Amino acid sequence: MYEHDVLIIGAGLAGLRAAVESVRLGVDTAVLTKVHPVRSHSNAAQGGINAALTDRGDEWEGHAYDTIKGSDYLADQDSVEVMVREAGDTLIELEHMGVIFSRDEEGRLGTRAFGGQREARTFFVGAITGSAMLHVLHEQIMRNDVRIYEEWFVTSLIVEDGVCRGAVAMDMRTGEMETIRAKAVIMAAGGAGRVFEPSTNALICTGDGLALAWDAGASLMDMEMVQYHPTTLAGNGILLSEAARGEGAYLINADGDRFMENYAPEFMELASRDVVSRAEQIEINEGRGINGNVLLDLRHLGTKFIEEKLGYLQEVAVEFRGIDLGESPIEIRPGMHYIMGGIKTTIDGATVIPGLYAAGECANVSVHGANRLGANSLLDTIVFGKRSAIAAAEYVKTVGRNGSSDSQLESDKKRIQEILDRPQGIRWAAMRNELAESLTEGIGVFRDQASMEGADAKVDELRGKYPQVSVDNKGKVFNTDLIFALELDFMLDVAKSICQGALMRKESRGAHSRTDLPDRDDENWLKHTHVYKDPDGLGGVRTETSDVTITKWEPIERAY
Amino acid sequence: MLAKLRVGRFDPETSSPEPYFQEYELEVEDWFSVLDALIKIREEIDGTLSLRCACRASICGSCGMRVNGRAKLVCKTKLDSVWSPGETLTIEPMGNMPVITDLITDFTSFWDKVRQIDPYMQPTGPEPEAEYLASDESMVHLAGVMNCIMCGCCVSECTVLEVDENFIGPAALAKAYRFVADPRDGKAEERLKDLNEPTGIWDCTRCMQCVEVCPKDVDPMGRIMVMRDLAMEAGVKSTAGSRHTDSFVNSVKRSGRLNETRLTIESIGVMNIPGQLAMAPVGVKALLKGKLPPVRDHKIPSKKAVGEIVKKAEGKN
Repeated sequence: MYEHDVLIIGAGLAGLRAAVESVRLGVDTAVLTKVHPVRSHSNAAQGGINAALTDRGDEWEGHAYDTIKGSDYLADQDSVEVMVREAGDTLIELEHMGVIFSRDEEGRLGTRAFGGQREARTFFVGAITGSAMLHVLHEQIMRNDVRIYEEWFVTSLIVEDGVCRGAVAMDMRTGEMETIRAKAVIMAAGGAGRVFEPSTNALICTGDGLALAWDAGASLMDMEMVQYHPTTLAGNGILLSEAARGEGAYLINADGDRFMENYAPEFMELASRDVVSRAEQIEINEGRGINGNVLLDLRHLGTKFIEEKLGYLQEVAVEFRGIDLGESPIEIRPGMHYIMGGIKTTIDGATVIPGLYAAGECANVSVHGANRLGANSLLDTIVFGKRSAIAAAEYVKTVGRNGSSDSQLESDKKRIQEILDRPQGIRWAAMRNELAESLTEGIGVFRDQASMEGADAKVDELRGKYPQVSVDNKGKVFNTDLIFALELDFMLDVAKSICQGALMRKESRGAHSRTDLPDRDDENWLKHTHVYKDPDGLGGVRTETSDVTITKWEPIERAY
Repeated sequence: MLAKLRVGRFDPETSSPEPYFQEYELEVEDWFSVLDALIKIREEIDGTLSLRCACRASICGSCGMRVNGRAKLVCKTKLDSVWSPGETLTIEPMGNMPVITDLITDFTSFWDKVRQIDPYMQPTGPEPEAEYLASDESMVHLAGVMNCIMCGCCVSECTVLEVDENFIGPAALAKAYRFVADPRDGKAEERLKDLNEPTGIWDCTRCMQCVEVCPKDVDPMGRIMVMRDLAMEAGVKSTAGSRHTDSFVNSVKRSGRLNETRLTIESIGVMNIPGQLAMAPVGVKALLKGKLPPVRDHKIPSKKAVGEIVKKAEGKN
């Protein structure tokens, strides 16, 4: 048994930022992660991080308004205010740690334009902003010798008397399982893109944190809000950053028209992501696409500019499609990218379970609402990663000794042994593919009652068959076969919460675009959806709604 | 089409673990990467095959492996760039690291070496309220090194690490350059002094392997060479490598040719008596066999032309 004051699960930007803060506050801190920290999916954030810096004439109110409008008024406005007010300081902290942000002519931080915003307030490192930030935060982790449980996999949270007291986890390198006691747990385990196929997300984005917290009794809020990114590659779903359009790229259809003129005459290609993805889908559906895609055109920017400002995009285009972006346009289409929904938290990262905090993509502080603005996710991870660490540090002062029971460990061991002992049954990969395809079909860019019910029924059917999933690998050392089977269990839970959230919301708002209910309904649906797991132990879910917090910005019609 | 893959396997849980190869035959698509093929094996044919991978888009650095004997990031290696129908493609774990199982290697020493170079920015002087001022060129230049995703491909193929496991190695040294060349870092000279020690920048043999296999064009060897120059410019010269460089240049300037005897003596260090004594038997043997190069310079006839070249080269600097 291991013991710590604070255990952070996940080592992406939210987890590492929380760890840096926790250590700074003198708290006994450990980070647990199923991949080495620098392999985390925060790497994939390309375009940048938003902040309204007052010393260059921008104002936080503008950033707040753009974010709230982008959210289609589903974001809680008090949460948004916290995020955008802290953005400047948080950005400077990162710069002081060593992030090599792009500069202007005077050597100060430079910006680029990003979607859904009236000011250029996105700070960036080429097209590797997430990676550049992640590596710098990892440098701080090395500097402070933070204890990392590297390549450990959490099988459950320990909840005793309604209070979170640690986790049970497997050291993947040895296959041994351990209880890790902690006075507070910060869940920062990222998104769940693999519930869909294709997705821009890494293969590790299996919603572990969402499912673990859900199982422990947390609310998953607004899970129907699934972001489809407008520029992804068909087939494997790899992302081409919004930075391309931020730097001036066009979207064109098969007729060569910049079709965004018809959907967002003012913002054009830089409208909010939900708006652009819908426009593309309509073009494709109405026969103005090419092979189920539209085109992203950077030719007028020139190869030199592209390679300097968008080098990673050029690398992806050349390596994965054999296309030089300076020479020819590239086929792209909307692809599942991000989940706005997540574990409901306060502005301090607290969940409804004492001792359990959450930050980053797995959390829902309600700053993105029904549609996240590009470059607000990095900001979310950094601001709320830090805030949750500060809150957890205060909380652990009020908690006495760690408990000592190993009963959770024993039951997890038994559950895993059952999977290992099972004779040849269903392959996890086959079930995962079936799940992901049905979610993509049912909870797509456009959806309706029938499509959502179809996905929900499929999730139930697969959940019923899950006890037949078996693995080939019966060994202990790095048994990734077993890990994938356990991840699939998490994915089924996350999928269920997505379908249930979607079925609850009887309107269209942001990313939740219902063809059978195409209008936003502020009268009845300025509300968050909440889904809880299995309140009566019968495998069902409990749902409820809560009001959106409106402070200064009254909902008005949303046009770009 | 049908592909044949020969995959390195290793099961540490058997009574006497030995690496072996296993062959797989599978249907592949023309857009497959090598990783797509491996994932297909793991998902549809043999779940016991273990490998690391995550992003599929050459940014997480998980999937470094040897493909036909050379380290590559398999997600960005198109299958048809390394394999043609009818051939067998060989996949093995990376080199210069212990294998944990199958294609998964142990990165412990890799990260220990990164830690060794104090891998974090250390500004000196008071912290500004706003950002540090720096030119965009300097940041864009550093982005070339920050492109490093710590995949380990360079370490896998490093010929120095193959014979000396203490060498800091290309990845950690490239990371060191990222701080040495950062205008905001205040410890460049201390860093160069540390890197000047044995196992540091002078231990690279310039074999180019790291440059060739790097999937992100980080150019580790190029960075190491720049740090050698910077160390010498900063007057950090107390190494054989540095003295070797100086002696080489001086010899060419004096006579237009290389004085190999003086090069040896000066590289060891004229005042380094134990070093000179250790080398003495080699010198005596060479002398007895008539192979000791002359100690005095022999000027070449075209020395003047060489002088012009030296002038131009130095002007360029």
